[in-house]
Amino acid sequence: MSLTHYLVLAAILFAIGATTVLLRRNAIIVFMGVELMLNSTNLLLVTFSRIHGNLSGQVLAFFVMVVAAAEVVVGLAIIVTIFRTRRSASVDDVNLLKS
Amino acid sequence: MSTLFTALPAAAGALTDAGQTSTAEAVLFWTLGPLMVLAALGLLLARKAVHAALAVIFIMISLAFMYVAQGAEFLGVVQVVVYTGAVMMLFLFVLMLVGVDRSDSLVETIRGQRWVGVLAGLGLGVVLAGVVGRATYGPPVGLVDANAPSNPEAVAYLIFGRHVLAMEVVGALLVTAALGALVLTHRGRLTAKVGQRERAERRLRDGGHPVSLPAPGVYARHNAMDVPALLPDGSPLDSSVPRVLRVRGQEADAREYAARIDRVLAGGWAVGAGTFTSDDEYRGGPGGAVAGGVVMRDPAAGPDAPVDGTDAPTHDEEDGR
Repeated sequence: MSLTHYLVLAAILFAIGATTVLLRRNAIIVFMGVELMLNSTNLLLVTFSRIHGNLSGQVLAFFVMVVAAAEVVVGLAIIVTIFRTRRSASVDDVNLLKS
Repeated sequence: MSTLFTALPAAAGALTDAGQTSTAEAVLFWTLGPLMVLAALGLLLARKAVHAALAVIFIMISLAFMYVAQGAEFLGVVQVVVYTGAVMMLFLFVLMLVGVDRSDSLVETIRGQRWVGVLAGLGLGVVLAGVVGRATYGPPVGLVDANAPSNPEAVAYLIFGRHVLAMEVVGALLVTAALGALVLTHRGRLTAKVGQRERAERRLRDGGHPVSLPAPGVYARHNAMDVPALLPDGSPLDSSVPRVLRVRGQEADAREYAARIDRVLAGGWAVGAGTFTSDDEYRGGPGGAVAGGVVMRDPAAGPDAPVDGTDAPTHDEEDGR
């Protein structure tokens, strides 16, 4: 098995994550789609690090993880705040700025 | 830590001369890969958010396996700790906060959005997979040399050496994110805080009972909350019996207890060396124990209602319940 299989798997996961963001209405599931995209990118980075024999890819994946953790904290706080004010976690209901 | 990682097979992440992975790694990939794609489709298609979260957790744990198999042991452990341990648990907490049963609305706000989305996702997948799958990368090097002492040590040299500034900035970012979450979820108080003093003042203002309700007249021989306490004039105080018992109609009649007290006061206690063991001894006691009459007045029975020892059997039945 060549290492390209990992890359193709990461690409498939990324596409499914992007489709989740496009299709789902529940803000939490949309957020999980974003997480899936970040994870597939990490797999890509780790595989490239192995292809090139260079650990910089792993370091970059590590930083992606840390930033993703911070992003999740703030994003979920925003979702909770929106849910408190609008009693809904659907992205369609956040339309106060719509004319 | 170092012994843990050197204890792993040295072949983790090793490649054959032709740039192929080991058979074991291929088996791992072909086992986990399709399951991960299925779980990702589960995230896309699951009706309930909790099922989607479980699918994502499965994907993340499988990714940790793949990282370890690819020679990134440190990232594999961090993946489990950070993603499945912290991030997904946070997701589950928020799911519980928002409501587990809440599912997506099926109404399309933008017409045809679903098909456009599916088409765009498919196109993205085909393009990405085509690009990364068909590109040529040169012979894969493998991480055996780069992981020379052990993978965590090599990664640590990079993170705290060349990327130390990024490390510091990321620390500041984490602190900022924690503060931001605190500020965002902080809820200001809309009304004044109601404390003990305010509650007491409101009770007095509304004319309610200023102190706690009177205790029921629990008599020593009868472990009963259902016996009303007596007022100084001998009338029962209904509010001393717990409200639940009153609503159920399980309130005991105070008259029989009053009668018995009268018997005791009339000297009935002298029988049997001053001990009463049962109601029979009351009845067999010296005459006049019953003749003491009724202190209690039953509002239902009228002022002259006779109360005598015949109440005792009724009371015994009540004892049994």
